[in-house]
Amino acid sequence: MSRENLMLQIHQIQDEMLVMGSLVEQATMKSIESLKKRDKKMAVEVYNADRKINEKRYAIENSVLILIATQQPLAHDLRLLAALLEVSAEIERMGDYAKGIAKVVVNLGDFDIPVPIKEIDQMATLALSMLHRALGAFIIEDGETAKSIPAEDDKVDEMYNKVQRLLVNLMIEKPQNIDHANLLMWVAHNLERMGDRVSNICERTIFVTTGELVEIESKKKEIKL
Amino acid sequence: MTNQTDKQWAIETQDLDIYYSDFRAVKNVSLKIEPKKITSIIGPSGCGKSTVLRSFNRMNDFIPGSRVTGGIFFQGQNIYDPRIDPVQVRQRIGMVFQKPNPFPKSIYENVAWGARINNYKENLNDLVEECLVKSALWGEVKDLLQRPALSLSGGQQQRLCIARALAVKPEIILMDEPCSALDPIATLKIEDLMRELSAQYTIIIVTHNMQQAGRASDFTAYFTMDTDRAGSMIEYGVTSQVFTNPTHKSTEDYISGRFG
Repeated sequence: MSRENLMLQIHQIQDEMLVMGSLVEQATMKSIESLKKRDKKMAVEVYNADRKINEKRYAIENSVLILIATQQPLAHDLRLLAALLEVSAEIERMGDYAKGIAKVVVNLGDFDIPVPIKEIDQMATLALSMLHRALGAFIIEDGETAKSIPAEDDKVDEMYNKVQRLLVNLMIEKPQNIDHANLLMWVAHNLERMGDRVSNICERTIFVTTGELVEIESKKKEIKL
Repeated sequence: MTNQTDKQWAIETQDLDIYYSDFRAVKNVSLKIEPKKITSIIGPSGCGKSTVLRSFNRMNDFIPGSRVTGGIFFQGQNIYDPRIDPVQVRQRIGMVFQKPNPFPKSIYENVAWGARINNYKENLNDLVEECLVKSALWGEVKDLLQRPALSLSGGQQQRLCIARALAVKPEIILMDEPCSALDPIATLKIEDLMRELSAQYTIIIVTHNMQQAGRASDFTAYFTMDTDRAGSMIEYGVTSQVFTNPTHKSTEDYISGRFG
């Protein structure tokens, strides 16, 4: 296979990865929409559509492995293909978070509880914006942008804390809310995890551009007693 | 005899230039080879890698008009010093060639030959066995020692040539594309053998096969040709690093198949 052909195949895998990313964006937005409207039918659609995202991930994995086996890529090519394996796994897990949110919507049923939808919506919007830009940076191998995105995760974390407080207050005010507020905690938790996954994608972009596998500075948080 | 550096390298070249008459084939190579490791030299055709390898045991002396400037130091001595006997250099620094080239004699005589002409005083049978064991051929030929060496398969012949090189007790073994005439199974056997031998010997291998350099060597030197057609060393480092994250774009382009 010529080098042009190898590049063509790598570009095709990258395209598939972008398609996968947009499926996850759609699934997340739709899951939040279903929460907003308390639309169980819509949530079931999101839940069942996750299979397509998983299939895309396996297809990407398969294509990458075939290229590694048949082309013995080295240096930048090898780093890029190894990163594609990681990044597709990260996106797939983000799809699982959207699926998890959809499941919460189903499990909430028609229970009457004031959902802090404005804050949840903000979290989702920011996490998806991070994802969108992180994938763009991955494709054009923009290490500087990749380095800057994870800092925004602090904002997602901040909103996560806010939603948690609101939900705890709901529980205190009305103990009958406990089960369902707990379900909503999972919604916020899943969105918070999305931000972390985006940071992992950014680390892979830096790996492709520099060859260094390093934890991004803003992620190096430690807890103190 | 003066030590050139504090560390004892297996071979150290300093500003090495190699000429064929007026043509400078290799320029400015300063390379330090780690002892008891496998170092591969890679690069496109015409980059001077075989020329450099052959200079390490003065094989280029046989090419009329070839000359060397700069130094190649082995155990602190410049091997191109006029006082140095090139035959002794070749005894300490052996060579295995691209195409297996056993003598048209028996398997036994091929291994015993070098020792015999050097008036080996100890038991020749033991030496032949030891070298054939080391070259991972003993099990296959122990009952066939008087058979013609040319009756062996290509891979066996190459291991016999390695046994022959070992018989004169070298410290360094140079290999010039030792597997290019072999099938993949025979190739892997030679690579396994190289790994075993590297516990005792320094191995330097020239290879066109990037996967072989990646699999089999600890260090990799990348050579390329300059605009004046002289070969020079562009990058030298730990193999795993050179193959995953090379420092120079030229190395990247070559190992990724962009040219060469």
